[in-house]
Amino acid sequence: MNDTVNPAAPTMLAMVRGLAMTEMPAGLYIPPDALAVYLTAFEGPLDLLLYLIRRHHLDVLDIQMAELTRQYMEYVTAMRRHKLELAAEYMLMAVWLIEIKSRMLLPRTETEEETDQDNDPRADLVRRLLEYEQIRQAAQAIDDMPRCGRDYAVAYVDDEPEEMPLPGIRIEDLLRAWEELKTRIPVPAAHSLARKTLSVRSAMEQILHSLQGDLFIEFTTLIAPEQGLAHRVVKFLAVLELAREQKLEIMQNQPFAPIYMRLANGNTTDGRA
Amino acid sequence: MAEHDDALTIGLKPGELKPGELKIVLETLLFTSTVPVSLNAIRAVFGDDLSVEVLRRSLSELGEDWRNRGLELTAVAEGWRFQTRTQYQPYVRRLSRESPPKYSRAVMETLTIIAYKQPVTRGDIEEIRGVGVSTQIIRTLEQRGWIQNSGHRNVPGRPALYVTTPQFLNDLNLRSISELPPLVDSGSRILPNPANGELL
Repeated sequence: MNDTVNPAAPTMLAMVRGLAMTEMPAGLYIPPDALAVYLTAFEGPLDLLLYLIRRHHLDVLDIQMAELTRQYMEYVTAMRRHKLELAAEYMLMAVWLIEIKSRMLLPRTETEEETDQDNDPRADLVRRLLEYEQIRQAAQAIDDMPRCGRDYAVAYVDDEPEEMPLPGIRIEDLLRAWEELKTRIPVPAAHSLARKTLSVRSAMEQILHSLQGDLFIEFTTLIAPEQGLAHRVVKFLAVLELAREQKLEIMQNQPFAPIYMRLANGNTTDGRA
Repeated sequence: MAEHDDALTIGLKPGELKPGELKIVLETLLFTSTVPVSLNAIRAVFGDDLSVEVLRRSLSELGEDWRNRGLELTAVAEGWRFQTRTQYQPYVRRLSRESPPKYSRAVMETLTIIAYKQPVTRGDIEEIRGVGVSTQIIRTLEQRGWIQNSGHRNVPGRPALYVTTPQFLNDLNLRSISELPPLVDSGSRILPNPANGELL
C-alpha cells in the first residue's frame, strides 16, 4: 500500500527519526508461523501496536498510519484465523486507526498547519501509546525488584500459632463454682431421709443423650433444683467424668460467664458404645 | 495502667540494661514478631523512655552485627524486621520446594498503574491498558494484600477507588511509595528491551 501521508515519496516505507526508509529493514519480515506464537502474548490493542512500532522501528511521533493500520489489520485477521477469542477492544482500535487514517487524508487549511501539533489526528493515539509504554516499562521494573516470598523471606521465630489463650484454673475456682452451684439449691426445711441410688454412669448417659443432635447446653440447665443436692453432685461428677473421657467440649468465654457444653467432635450415639 | 507501671518498676528501663544489651533486646523483639516492628512499638516497650536517636543507633549496630550473615536487618514501610538475603533465597526455595507465584503482565501492569496513579478506578486502569480489567486480576492483588479499596469516586456509578497497601511496600522492601523507581518518560522512542533485545 502506498504511503498516503507522504504522497511525494511513494516508495518510502517508513520514517525513522526523520530519515526516510526506502528499503525493508532486516527486522521487518515476520514469518507467518512466528505470528501465531505472539498472538496470545499481547495484552490488548495498545500492546500490539507498540509491538508493531518496535518491530518496524517506527517513530511514534510520526506514525505512518496507513502502514500501521495495514499491519494491525493483518494481525487481527491472523488472530481471527487462529480462532483466538478476540476482545472487542481490538475491533474498537481498528475502527479508531481507520478513522485517524481517513482524517489525515483530508486536506488541511493553512491555519491548521500552523497548529499542527494540536490538530494532528494521531495525537491522542500517540499519547496513549506513550503512556502505556511507560506503564509497561514500570511494571517490568517493579517485577524485577526483590519481592517478598520470591526473592527473600521474612525471618522470625515460628512460635505456636496464636490461639485464644486458655484460662488458667485453680482449685479455688472449682470450689467457687461448686459453692455457687450450692446456693442455687433451695435448702429444704425438712430433710427426706429416703435413700436413693444415684449412678454417675447413668447421669453421664443422660447428659450425652440430651446433647445429641449437635446441641449446645448451658451447664445449669442440666440441674433440676427440685431433684436435690445429691442429683447435683452426681450431674457435676458426670460432667467432669465425660470431660475427662473427652466426650464433652466445655466452653466458657470468660470467668463467670455461662458454661456451655456439647458433644466432642465425632462422638455420636454410635461412638458412645 | 497499674500493670503498665508495674512493668516499669521491675526494670524495663533502657538505663537499667547493661551496655550493648539494648540491641540484644531489639534482636529478640524483632525475631519474635511476625510483622515489622515500628520504632513507636519498640519505644512503648520501654515506656517511651528510650530516645529515638538511641534506638536508631542501636538498630544500626544490630544491623552491623548481622553484616556477614544469611539474614539482614531492614527497614520497610511498617517498621524493622529481619529477612533473608536475596542471594541465598534459591537455597531456601529448594528446601521448601515451593515455587512462589508468578504474576502475569496483566496483573503487574494493573498493580503498577495503581501504585503510580493511586487512587484509581477500574476505568482508569482500563483507559491506560486499553483492555478490560478482569475481576480476577483485582482479586489476585487484593488477596496478596497489595491493593485495597479506599472508597468511591464521586461520579455516577460511584466506582471503587484502589490504592496500594503498606504491605505492598513491605514486600518490595520500600519505606514509602516515593521510593518506587520514577516513571521513565520514553519520549518518542519505543525500542526493544535493551536487556535482551526482545520486542515483547
